[in-house]
Amino acid sequence: MLIVKKFLRDIPAVLGLLIISAVCFIAVFAPILIPDPDAVYFGNIIDRLKPPSAEYWFGTDNLGRDVFARVIMGARGALLVALTVVALAIAIGVPAGLYAGYTNGWGSEIIMRVTDVFLAVPQLILALAIAQLMGRGLESAMAALALTYWPFFCRTVYSEVRRVRNALFVEALQGLGASTSRILFVHVLPNVASPIIVRATIGMGFTILTTAVLGFLGIGAAPPSPDWGLAIAESREYLPESWWAVTFPGLAILITVLGFNLFGDGLRDLVDPRLRRSR
Amino acid sequence: MTLFILRRLLLALPALFGLLVLTFVMLRVLPHDPSAALAGENATPEQIAAVRKAYGFDEPVWKQFVIYVGQVARADLGNSIISNRPVTSDIAWRLPATIELTFVALLFAALVGIPLGTMAAVWHNSPFDHLMRIVTVGGLAIASFWFAIILQIVFSMDLGWLPLRSRYPEGLPPPTDITGLYLVDSLLTLRFDKFWAAFQHIIMPAFTLSLGGLASIARFTRAGVLETMQKDFVHYAEAAGYARKRIIWVYVLRNSVVAATTQIGLLFGALVSSAVAVEAIFDWPGVGSYAVSAILTSDYKAVLAVTLVIGVIYAIVNIVVDVVHAMLDPRVAENP
Amino acid sequence: MMLEKPNPVLEIRGLSVSVGTDEGEARILDNAGLALMPGSIHGVVGESGCGKSTLIRAILGILPKRGRATAGSIMLGERNLLELPADTLQKEVRGRAIGFIPQDPFQALNPVFRVGTQLLETIRTPGDSRATRETKKAHVISLLKAVQLPDAEHALDRYPHQFSGGQRQRLLIAAALASSPGIILADEPTTALDVTTQLQILKLLRGLAIERGLSMLFVTHDFGVVAQLCDTVTVMYAGQTVESGPVGQVLKAPYHPYTQMLLACHPERADELAGIPGAVPSPLRPPTGCRFSPRCPSARPECNAGQPPRVAPSPGHAVRCVLHLDEAAA
Repeated sequence: MLIVKKFLRDIPAVLGLLIISAVCFIAVFAPILIPDPDAVYFGNIIDRLKPPSAEYWFGTDNLGRDVFARVIMGARGALLVALTVVALAIAIGVPAGLYAGYTNGWGSEIIMRVTDVFLAVPQLILALAIAQLMGRGLESAMAALALTYWPFFCRTVYSEVRRVRNALFVEALQGLGASTSRILFVHVLPNVASPIIVRATIGMGFTILTTAVLGFLGIGAAPPSPDWGLAIAESREYLPESWWAVTFPGLAILITVLGFNLFGDGLRDLVDPRLRRSR
Repeated sequence: MTLFILRRLLLALPALFGLLVLTFVMLRVLPHDPSAALAGENATPEQIAAVRKAYGFDEPVWKQFVIYVGQVARADLGNSIISNRPVTSDIAWRLPATIELTFVALLFAALVGIPLGTMAAVWHNSPFDHLMRIVTVGGLAIASFWFAIILQIVFSMDLGWLPLRSRYPEGLPPPTDITGLYLVDSLLTLRFDKFWAAFQHIIMPAFTLSLGGLASIARFTRAGVLETMQKDFVHYAEAAGYARKRIIWVYVLRNSVVAATTQIGLLFGALVSSAVAVEAIFDWPGVGSYAVSAILTSDYKAVLAVTLVIGVIYAIVNIVVDVVHAMLDPRVAENP
Repeated sequence: MMLEKPNPVLEIRGLSVSVGTDEGEARILDNAGLALMPGSIHGVVGESGCGKSTLIRAILGILPKRGRATAGSIMLGERNLLELPADTLQKEVRGRAIGFIPQDPFQALNPVFRVGTQLLETIRTPGDSRATRETKKAHVISLLKAVQLPDAEHALDRYPHQFSGGQRQRLLIAAALASSPGIILADEPTTALDVTTQLQILKLLRGLAIERGLSMLFVTHDFGVVAQLCDTVTVMYAGQTVESGPVGQVLKAPYHPYTQMLLACHPERADELAGIPGAVPSPLRPPTGCRFSPRCPSARPECNAGQPPRVAPSPGHAVRCVLHLDEAAA
């Protein structure tokens, strides 16, 4: 496997993959990894704002909850939210991009103009407004992020399909009488899969970051969720004395997003060195 | 060039129209009852009815849209529930603070990011290049609101070197209002004490904000320089005996920066996004912190107005970026 | 009795250049040599990939990153260019002692800088006064007139894309002349141009060389151009110089089988197009001895025994081939 060998030579990308694997492992086995699962939600108020120690590795927060346990459990929520958002964005963006890229009519035109409009406002701003209008909560935050992220997939798929469409084999298939949807999903989609995978990987990191911002601003996860962004917001009042309750959730965000970005970067170089230029 | 600018402005019109449609649709589709949402949480039935009438929610959709376009054209987007002043004047009053902050951040990001990216490209595949890759990917992975708090802990709370929050010290009267940008106004009026005060306050928020931009600028400068170095005109310049330093820092860099200007529009979007949280943390009296308080208080009119205004600014920035690009690269304006 | 010959202005002897690749050392040049006599135009001819460009890069001291000269010398007057430090090469040789005319005028000028900035680059010095700058400008404009560029006075303020291909090549010729070098290196300067423009540029180069007493090394793959322009010629194959001599003699009586076949390929001379069977050997694993031997119809076992011997059938005409050893000995 030449491609695996090539990937393994890219040390930062391998590092990224290791981080992602570790975070996924932690997220899946979170309840087993922490000493006392109850400590995530129910603190011991006598032990509030305790610095890191042998008993509480990352210290405790203002309600006496174990920060270590909450950071570990937070990984679960972060990955789940990011996966859902990216999956939803793919579910909207990829078919839209396939259709718009493959056909030439007004349908294609409308899809691309809508995409342009969504891309004409910074994503977070639009997500904030949508989440707010839908009513505060994790579900509307996720919906808002998916609604503002699909245009990126649509745009990527669109330009790839435009490129592939002119390739000879599509004409040949049309000549053979294959249906449009069959050509799109069976023949065109696999050819545009790599940019989608790259975009999705980077999108995972990006979404974790944006979700944290929403959580921090109080329009994402609600207490007593162990959401990383929310945890930072809740512990802000107790600075600078209780630095640990802010520092560790932030580090968790940094490491996780770093993992996805490094891996996504490596994938991009691997799949298409041409793309190295963009972004 | 004039023709190019006109054409570019014309091209922006559909996007602006799209923005109007988007905000119009959002308000009608997303909340359960738009009138109740607009009137605020504690509104009386009469107040809700008044809003319904003002926005024409009982009218056919096309008429509602005409009403909405009229409101936007008159810059009449209603009064904020919280401040009870027109949201447009609230935003106009806060805009200079945000412009100052994002501009300083962008400037810092460019001044540091461009040389770093160039050096990484010149020493391609060296340890410095690898380090830069990890640092820049890290810069894009860091949550700016968290980084802001860490800066506060270290430089204000612990070391006490920099002010913790706000744009300006409370006791000192702000500089005479000329541009609304404190740094500029204080210099124009030669009040260096006020400049220093404003400068101290902007350091941490601007640095936090610049982090992501710095990372992206360094990355695309590196990519641009690497690509340009492959060009024939660089080989020619070498063969013709240009000094190596001039080839890289004048000829190659200029081309890469020209190409990179097109990215600044995107970068500005990212910057404004992080400005929301950063302004909230530093109590920076700009549009971002206004958006946050509007969201937390369910001030829908303010939220929609902020979305609209940022969308318009974003469009303007992209036009300016394209015009600058055309000025830097003479080929662009002639054959777009 | 030998005639007293003037010394060459540029002489390459036994030059070997290797470039490191992922698959190993590529020996791009192998024992290559040539001599450029003062005031003459010397053609270097060969197929693409024969090492012409590497030869030029070696002379200018801009070999690719992983490339190095493993043997030989490049003498510019008394100085061996291979031994000069990089800094001296840039400050005293490239663009100063040796002017360079590139292959593709469309790609060689930086599109976002004015022509003037680029033409003045090699003669600018940081501390120039306004008056000095104006003098230099006037000098370059006079060169632009010498290369017959229309509207020379305003050319410096324009951008490269505002000129046609032929005009750009004239700009680049002027750039090569800017610091009044004695030697011009021209790397296929007419390949990218259409036929009529090609002829004009060749005529211009010939005229300038005579008028200014320039010595010119003219690299091309086209024997027709050599015939029109050059006084002497060196034929290269796969990194080796196989034959050299006065153009008239080499064209009339080529000795090396490769030169013979190459001339037979030229449509204007051949009755029918005779391609040379086989392909240029990979520089990663070149045949020992004569690199043409695998394709040579007259190959013998001793071809691969070592460097082919240098034979001079007539004064100034030299061939590296075992076939003519007997004649020389006779």
